[in-house]
Amino acid sequence: MAVKKNRPKPWLKRLLNGDRTVLSRAISVLENETNEASAIIRGIYPHLGNAMVVGFTGSPGVGKSTLVNSYIKLLCEKGLQVGVIAVDPSSPLSGGAILGDRIRMAAQEHLRNLFIRSLASRCHVGGLSRATSRVVDVMDAAGMDVIIIETVGAGQSEVEIAEIASTKVVVCAPGMGDDIQAIKAGILEIADILVVNKCDLPLTNHTNRQLKAMLVLREALPDWTTPVLNTSAIDGTGVSELSDAIDEYKGVLAQRNSDGKDKGKKRMLRLLANSVADKVKKDLLETTSLEMDSICDAVLKGELMFNEATNRVIDKLLSHQ
Amino acid sequence: MVESESREAIIPRVLVTKIGLDGHDRGSRIVAAWLRDSGMEVIYTAPWQKIDTVVKLTQEEDVDVLAVSSLATDHLLIPKLMAALREAGYQHVKVVVGGIVPDADEAILLDSGVSRVFHTGSTKEEVVQRISEFAEEARKAPAVVTFD
Repeated sequence: MAVKKNRPKPWLKRLLNGDRTVLSRAISVLENETNEASAIIRGIYPHLGNAMVVGFTGSPGVGKSTLVNSYIKLLCEKGLQVGVIAVDPSSPLSGGAILGDRIRMAAQEHLRNLFIRSLASRCHVGGLSRATSRVVDVMDAAGMDVIIIETVGAGQSEVEIAEIASTKVVVCAPGMGDDIQAIKAGILEIADILVVNKCDLPLTNHTNRQLKAMLVLREALPDWTTPVLNTSAIDGTGVSELSDAIDEYKGVLAQRNSDGKDKGKKRMLRLLANSVADKVKKDLLETTSLEMDSICDAVLKGELMFNEATNRVIDKLLSHQ
Repeated sequence: MVESESREAIIPRVLVTKIGLDGHDRGSRIVAAWLRDSGMEVIYTAPWQKIDTVVKLTQEEDVDVLAVSSLATDHLLIPKLMAALREAGYQHVKVVVGGIVPDADEAILLDSGVSRVFHTGSTKEEVVQRISEFAEEARKAPAVVTFD
C-alpha cells in the first residue's frame, strides 16, 4: 500500500482496513450522490485496481443468484475477501424496489469475509444502477479480492456490465430460445464465459450445443476461446470448473492489459453520455411547451422523421442555455 | 454533520425480516409490497433469521428502518436484537415491529428501544406514513462516519 505524504483521513484509513460500517455508508453516499461523494472518490482513487471484477448476467430466472451463491462459497473457502453487488429493478411507477437477491445467498451470510450489498437499478436501463461502477471502486479500495456484480435479470440488450466487469459470465438455462436466438446480437456477444445452469434439467446438452454453434460463427479471438460450461447451482456440479475458467481468463486479461488506464477513461465517457441522456430525457418529459407539442404532432403525422425531429429538439435545448 | 437538504430527498431503505422460528411470512410480504409501492427500497429476507444475521444485514445494507414481523411470540426475542444493534453501533436505525403483539408485551418492546408496534388492523397509510417519518429521523441522527 502506498504511503501518502500527508496523514490519511480517519475514514479512509478505516475503509482501507476493510471496516464494514465505513464501506456500507460510503456506498450509500455514492449511490445518492450527496455532497460527500466527491471526497470519497478523490480519497480512494490512488488505491484502486487490485480486485478482480466478475459480472454475472442473464435472463430473469436462469439462476444467477443461486450460481453466484455457489461461487462465493468456493471463493470464501479459499480465504478470499469477496464483495457482491446484487442489482434488482426499481419500479418505474413508484421508484420503490424489493431487493431479494441475497435471499439466495443466505447460506453464506455468516461468513466474515463476505460483504453483500443490494442496489436498486433506480430506473437506469442497462441492467445496472448508475452508481454501480463507483460501488465497485469503493469495494476495491476496502480490500476485496473479488467483486461479483449480479445484474438485473437482463434481456438481450442490457450489456452495460461489459463496461464495468473485466470478466463477464452470461448465464443461460436449458431450453431457452432456439438457434436463431443464439445468433442474434446482444447479451451473448459480451460473454467471456457462457454457462448453461440448471444442468440437471433436460435439454442441457442441446442448449450447450446451440451456444457452441453460435460461437463458431463469431470471429475468434487470438488468445481466448469462450467456454460453454454446464453447471447446477443446487448440487454444485461444474462450479469449480467455472471458477477455474474465471481464473484462467484473468490470466489472459493480465497479458492483454497494456491500455488499462485508457479504458477507464473510455468507460467514464460512456457513463457520462448515459448520464447526460438520462437528464435530458427527464427534463424533456417534465416540461411542456407549444414548440415540443408541434414537433410531436409533426412526427405523429409523418411530416417529420425521427432523426430530423431529434436534431430540432437538441437545437432547441442548446438555444435555451 | 451531514448536510440535510439533499439527504432528505433520498429514497428510504427498509429491511423487512422475521427472527426466530415462526414462518408466517404473508404479513411481511404484504408490508414489503406496500413500502415498495410507496417508493421505498426494501431489503426483504426469508423468515427464520438469526439476530447476528439481522445485525450484519443492517450493517451491509445501511438501512434506515428495520421492520420485524412477528406472529407467534418471536417478538420476545426483540430486546436481544435491540441490544445486539446497540452493541454494533447501530442505535440510529429505527426498529418497528408488526403483527401479533399482546398489549401486555408492548411496553417490553418499547422499553427496549422499539420505535413503534403496529398491531393487527393497522392501515397501509399508517404503516407507510410512520415508517417514512422514522426513516427521515434515522437520517437526521449524527452520521456513523463522515467523509471529508
